[in-house]
Amino acid sequence: MTRLAEPVGSPPQGGLPLLRLESVSKHFPGVLALDRVDFDLRAGEVHVLFGENGAGKSTLISMVAGAHKPTSGRIWFKGQPVELHSVHQARDLGISAVFQEFSLVPQLTVEENLFLGAETKSGLFLDKGAMHRRAVEMLDRLGFPLKPTRRVDHLSRAEQQMVEIAKAFRSDLSVLILDEPTASLTERETDRLFALIGQAKAQGVGIIYITHRLAEIKRIADRITVLRDGKYIATLPVAEASEAKLVELMTGRVISQIFPKVAYKPAETVLEVDHLTTANGTVRNVSIMVRAGEIVGLAGLVGSGKSEVARACFGIEPIQSGRVRFLGQDITGARPRQMLDRGFFYVPPDRRAEGLVVGRGARENIVLPALHDETFSGALFLKRGVEKSAAKGLAQKLQLHPLNIERPVEHFSGGNQQKVLLAKALTREVKLFVFDEPTVGVDVGTRVAIYDFIRGLCEAGAAVLLISSDLPEILHLTNRAYVMYRGSLRAELQGADITEDKVLRHFFDREAA
Amino acid sequence: MAEAIEGAKRTRSVTEWLQVAFVRLGVLPFLLVIAVVIFTAMSGKFLSSQNLINVARQSTYLTMVAMGQMLALLTGGFDLSVGTILALTSVVGALAMSTVFALYPDAVALAILAGVVAGVAAGVAIGIFNGIGVAVFNVSPFMMTLGMASVGFGIALFLTGGVPVYGMPDVFGKLFGFGQWFGIPVPIYVTVALMLFMYVLLNWTRMGRYFYAIGGNVKASLLSGINTRLNLFMAYVLCAGLTAISGIMLTARLETGEANIGATMPLESIAACVIGGVSLRGGSGRLLNVVLGAIFIGLVQNGMNLARIESYLQTVVIGILLILAVVADQLRQRFVASLKD
Repeated sequence: MTRLAEPVGSPPQGGLPLLRLESVSKHFPGVLALDRVDFDLRAGEVHVLFGENGAGKSTLISMVAGAHKPTSGRIWFKGQPVELHSVHQARDLGISAVFQEFSLVPQLTVEENLFLGAETKSGLFLDKGAMHRRAVEMLDRLGFPLKPTRRVDHLSRAEQQMVEIAKAFRSDLSVLILDEPTASLTERETDRLFALIGQAKAQGVGIIYITHRLAEIKRIADRITVLRDGKYIATLPVAEASEAKLVELMTGRVISQIFPKVAYKPAETVLEVDHLTTANGTVRNVSIMVRAGEIVGLAGLVGSGKSEVARACFGIEPIQSGRVRFLGQDITGARPRQMLDRGFFYVPPDRRAEGLVVGRGARENIVLPALHDETFSGALFLKRGVEKSAAKGLAQKLQLHPLNIERPVEHFSGGNQQKVLLAKALTREVKLFVFDEPTVGVDVGTRVAIYDFIRGLCEAGAAVLLISSDLPEILHLTNRAYVMYRGSLRAELQGADITEDKVLRHFFDREAA
Repeated sequence: MAEAIEGAKRTRSVTEWLQVAFVRLGVLPFLLVIAVVIFTAMSGKFLSSQNLINVARQSTYLTMVAMGQMLALLTGGFDLSVGTILALTSVVGALAMSTVFALYPDAVALAILAGVVAGVAAGVAIGIFNGIGVAVFNVSPFMMTLGMASVGFGIALFLTGGVPVYGMPDVFGKLFGFGQWFGIPVPIYVTVALMLFMYVLLNWTRMGRYFYAIGGNVKASLLSGINTRLNLFMAYVLCAGLTAISGIMLTARLETGEANIGATMPLESIAACVIGGVSLRGGSGRLLNVVLGAIFIGLVQNGMNLARIESYLQTVVIGILLILAVVADQLRQRFVASLKD
């Protein structure tokens, strides 16, 4: 690797690779998640892993963290080949990970969590006093304003993340893995995290950092490794990483090939949300509207309440005040069944948690929302013939692969699971489609197919509401876009006004980083 | 599965082949074969056609309950009150039948009808409470059905003072308990009819489909417009209904109303389902395998009786079998993963 003009705080000259992955592969049942990937991390650098969801970033870090074992290939740590059998063992070596899903026990206190699995004992019993003192000292050193005696489930998500990070710093640290650590942090908390990262770098800790945010890459990265579909694509120094270059490396195409041109012919208003406030306060006083023949974006960070707007309309989030009108009728507080019958379809973001019954076959999943319709059931019995041919037809239309509608959904790849989820929306006449993060965890090919699918729906005259934290999606696909921040509507942008700058400006507290 | 079969072809070892069969079929076929071999060796009478019909008849009561239990398990819950439902049905049915029979000694059919209706209604009432608790108030099925088990058992004891109820018309027992039709006991016909009902329910109706969907993923079901409460409620009511019919048939066989029957039913019915491959997490399970699971337990009990194994020890064996079935299922999951890797 050639040396470059590197920013302040970069690794010392000729920094030895602290960690090296050599042609590492990982098979999961039916999927090759990583295909002969090389990767190296030097002491004192921030190495960003960049790629789409499903590109293999998570698999890679889970192997470095000891959660998964590679199917083939070797891992070198400080010049020695190592086999990482468990997270515990990796941690003993000084490799700690902070995943997006926290490994905290919610019912325990901060200090109990910090020392979980490595409790200090005096004789047979826990030395609670010593642990408390050490916890206070650790949190002070990291500058986290946390009380060690508070229960973790009483903390905010950002505070929980601090506990998780403090846990990583508990023992001598050589490699720190951070998986989208700023996703739920405020600007100030992010600043503090970055200061901490700088501190760790200075101590010679190598940091593997996963993020989708280009601004963050510019700010803290030394090098960037791009993965795509489980394969190694390139490693480049931050100075060479322009946005266009990264997107091209990540997707394998230039932007114009990914997003289709959508004809914009707005017609009658389909959905009208008037001063909506949800019972739990995640949405406050939000008014939006969606017309037939247009794709409307609803952008914002995780937790900005953008999802909850749609969920409240669909009848799965209690509404405190405000009105929801659908095709001119007041449907505030209707249940999902009634919404489906009227032609309002909500495609949830997490297909495993909310979208699909993964243990059942594709056929059963596809027809589930329409089963009570007389197309599929007679007075007493299901019309299984109709059901089968309808499911088969939709599976063919969406190019489900393999084309076996009886196969349990969990045995399909992520992209094909997403196709099953989309097929569910097509079993009946729908006038409004709400897509909530429709491209999470799918490969580029499927992503293009999904965008084309959405274009088709819109041009056929349906109204589409696209909820997304993926900025390019909002920029290139929507005709109008709303931006939300902490439960309130920040802005409405139209046409050429939908630019990265303008959207991002409303994402954060103050101007975007 | 394709990979699994290919793997077997490559090595062609017997153990590998058995492993593949185990992954594809589950533990039940192995258990059945082992049980038949052992009991045939222990007693010459075991394989006689008379004994096998006996096994089938004895298994019917458990089969009916296990089918009901299956519905609760499919939705991701279970029903610990099936024993109580059996007892309450028996007691209330017998009391109603003997009372009507005493008042109108000539109206035998009326007495039987009144008894059956009252008994089933009493059993279903428990199911209704279970359903309301689980579906409407979100009480965990464990607590709800355990609580109702205590309530129902208490009522059954209170009604009878712990003494068996006599005075039902003889025809009732002769017909439903000991009756035969073309050499086949009546309870078997009833069970087969209920099996057909279950087959249609699970495969050809919305409700059956919804049971699987709710057990598989309750949130996805809700977003798909399914009334999850109503369907959860119905699962417990139907479970109670099937169990109550079993209670009536058992009352006919015993010719008395008993508050003390059914104590082993919760364990045995769950065991039959689990041995038959119903997931304890909900969402998957096949009717035929549940029936075979129930028959397997009947087979083991019959075999142990023939081999003169003491009844206290039989309880031990049933418990061990249940645990073994769950362990085997865990192993199977692991094999599935390793064969696919």
